[in-house]
Amino acid sequence: MEYFLQQLINGVTLGSIYGLIAIGYTMVYGIIGMINFAHGDVFMVGSVTAFLVVLGIGLTGGSGLLLILLALIMVAAIAMIVAAAYNWTIERLAYKPLRGSFRLAPLISAIGMSIVLQEFVRVNQEGRPKPVQPIVTGGYEIMHRVSEAGEFIVRLTNMQILIIVSTLILMAVFTVLIQKTPLGRAQRACEQDQKMAALLGIDVDRTISVTFIMGAALAAFAGLMFFLYYGVTDFFVGFLAGIKAFTAAVLGGIGSLPGAMLGGLVIGLIETMWSAYFTVEYKDVAAFTVLIIVLIFMPQGLLGKPEVEKV
Amino acid sequence: MPVQDVSAPKAQGHDWWAIGKDMIGTAIVAMLIMWPIVAWKSKITQYSLEIEPRWTLVFIILALLLATRLAMHLFVWNRAPSPVAAAARPATPAKATLSEQIGPWVFPVLVAFAVALPFIFHFERRPIDLGIYILTYIMLAWGLNIVVGLAGLLDLGYVAFYAVGAYAYALLSTVYFPYWFGDGIVPWAFYITLPVAGLLAALWGVILGFPVLRLRGDYLAIVTLAFGEIIRLVLINWFSFTNGPQGIEVPKATFFGLPFKAGPGGFADFFGIQHDRIYYYIFLYYVILLLALLTYFVTNRLRRLPIGRAWEALREDEIACRSLGINTTNTKLTAFAIGAMFGGFAGCFFATRQGFVSPESFVFIESAIILAIVVLGGLGSQIGIVFAAIAIMGSFELFRELSVFDNYLPEGTDPVHFRMLAVGLAMVLMMRFRPRGFVTRRQPTVFLKQRKAVSGDLVKEGHG
Repeated sequence: MEYFLQQLINGVTLGSIYGLIAIGYTMVYGIIGMINFAHGDVFMVGSVTAFLVVLGIGLTGGSGLLLILLALIMVAAIAMIVAAAYNWTIERLAYKPLRGSFRLAPLISAIGMSIVLQEFVRVNQEGRPKPVQPIVTGGYEIMHRVSEAGEFIVRLTNMQILIIVSTLILMAVFTVLIQKTPLGRAQRACEQDQKMAALLGIDVDRTISVTFIMGAALAAFAGLMFFLYYGVTDFFVGFLAGIKAFTAAVLGGIGSLPGAMLGGLVIGLIETMWSAYFTVEYKDVAAFTVLIIVLIFMPQGLLGKPEVEKV
Repeated sequence: MPVQDVSAPKAQGHDWWAIGKDMIGTAIVAMLIMWPIVAWKSKITQYSLEIEPRWTLVFIILALLLATRLAMHLFVWNRAPSPVAAAARPATPAKATLSEQIGPWVFPVLVAFAVALPFIFHFERRPIDLGIYILTYIMLAWGLNIVVGLAGLLDLGYVAFYAVGAYAYALLSTVYFPYWFGDGIVPWAFYITLPVAGLLAALWGVILGFPVLRLRGDYLAIVTLAFGEIIRLVLINWFSFTNGPQGIEVPKATFFGLPFKAGPGGFADFFGIQHDRIYYYIFLYYVILLLALLTYFVTNRLRRLPIGRAWEALREDEIACRSLGINTTNTKLTAFAIGAMFGGFAGCFFATRQGFVSPESFVFIESAIILAIVVLGGLGSQIGIVFAAIAIMGSFELFRELSVFDNYLPEGTDPVHFRMLAVGLAMVLMMRFRPRGFVTRRQPTVFLKQRKAVSGDLVKEGHG
């Protein structure tokens, strides 16, 4: 029971990170119907940027709690802005000119862009993983039981609290943004019918750009959290995290925002539980298998609408 | 999507205000992109991580970027599009162009060169090795071309079939054949395994293809990617079967039972010539050349069969295909299986050439490189793939060899890493400017009375 509870906490933490990345996939897919293959690498850019800024300002775990919190908010803001600049540029250079081209063109371009981002970071920052001492330390013991099998402590670290709480806050802000503001309305309109939205005076290009910017900001935040949680980052973290987040987006129903979050949680839990109860080696295989099974048997996902192919 | 900002033709003279705004915007975005990833280089020293600032580099790049953009503003984007030029774009060029005249000669010349290559270079090891390397990728790209270029299915896990072929040879020749048939079979293992490897890969293509082929293009791409990764992870972790990350040593191929070794019973001894290790590489070179040519001719024949036509029709418009009574599932499956089969052949060859297989060789980036070759070759053009493979794989070797660049690069950067950067950029640029390949003309394979070539840019594809 304690073991399960501990895994549940770990799974929800991981799932929050995947969920934040998945939102970027789902929004872009919803609005222009393409898989932004480079999104995982935008997450990586956010993560590496966060690492560099943390290193640059010399932030360590030894500072006071308030100071660390303020510094992290600043780091997050910088990482989000930088990643947004990346995603905006990618959209302008690699995707926008391809609207109306043949159907594989944007995807191939996105794969190219993904390679470019990875290699760009590798060329500039070397390939070796970058470790950093833990910054957010400490935590709480929720349960403590001594049995004949030995001692087992269920821990909830401050880092996990930070990830879960900040994800909840971001999600709330984001939902309000999409549901209540003119910007969100424009976005939902473009999702439904771009031509009609344009006729009603919505700047479709700008809305698409904003979608990429928002997706990148959330991914960069996830990148910061990922880097703080694992204490290490490199140029290649975006590949696996990207595929898993994409799986989350598909599982939740691509195009659906609550679905992306739900899918993220489910994938995070599956991965953690698989490692805990079966084999650690095959945890990625488990995630990929989920992707394949969902796509084959349930392509509309948990909360998505069935897609009707139109001529 | 027809929604684009249509700016009215600009009058003469520059709008300095707009240019200034654009330059400032460019500078801000460029600085965000370069800081901190370019400007702050993290260095792992012995005890700690340090940041090495590189502002000089950043400002040089920024200055170059702004200068280029300013020049574009002043001289290129400023011009109003001439309506005459747009109208004069020929829909159906009547006269045969130069490329059409020399077209039929390109392939025979290439083959003649490939056959003569070992003789041209006087049996030197380096050019033959390079030839084997490039031909392997040409063959892989020709195999993938069936799936991506002809049938229009984006396969990101092609390397999985390559792995199936390689491991088929490795496991059969080292474990199963000696166990089933005794050690005498080992010299012949390559010839027996080659078709088996192809069949196994094709089988895997069908196993994978059957459930996923109902998916739309981009979902299919992701699922094949996942499949490729699953195969690699299983190869790494199923230790008792594949020997895990350590890999497997595999025996060398023989010349129809004659091993390439010194002393009696060897290849040199049988033909009464001096033993030299180069014979083995020449032999491998011709094997892969034959395999590649086999791929080429089989594909070319298939294109003329109903199945090949169905592939191309499927690529253009899946819904139209279905309405015309083409069984899309079977059509996709055959493309998948045949593409996979050639991947399996290539994998079998790869295993014997390396003398060693390990999961390291079958990472996603390999699939991406093969895909890049197909894309740069022009999605469907077999000759284009040859040139793309030579350009990409040749430049890889060039990057590896040339230390010339070292002096111009910032300290601590490895020129080898720039090669993938260049490949990625080339993919993006290709899609941006030449999505139909460099030869943007499409020759219909079926025609009524007269063959009309249509410029590829004018062909609009349906969605499927």
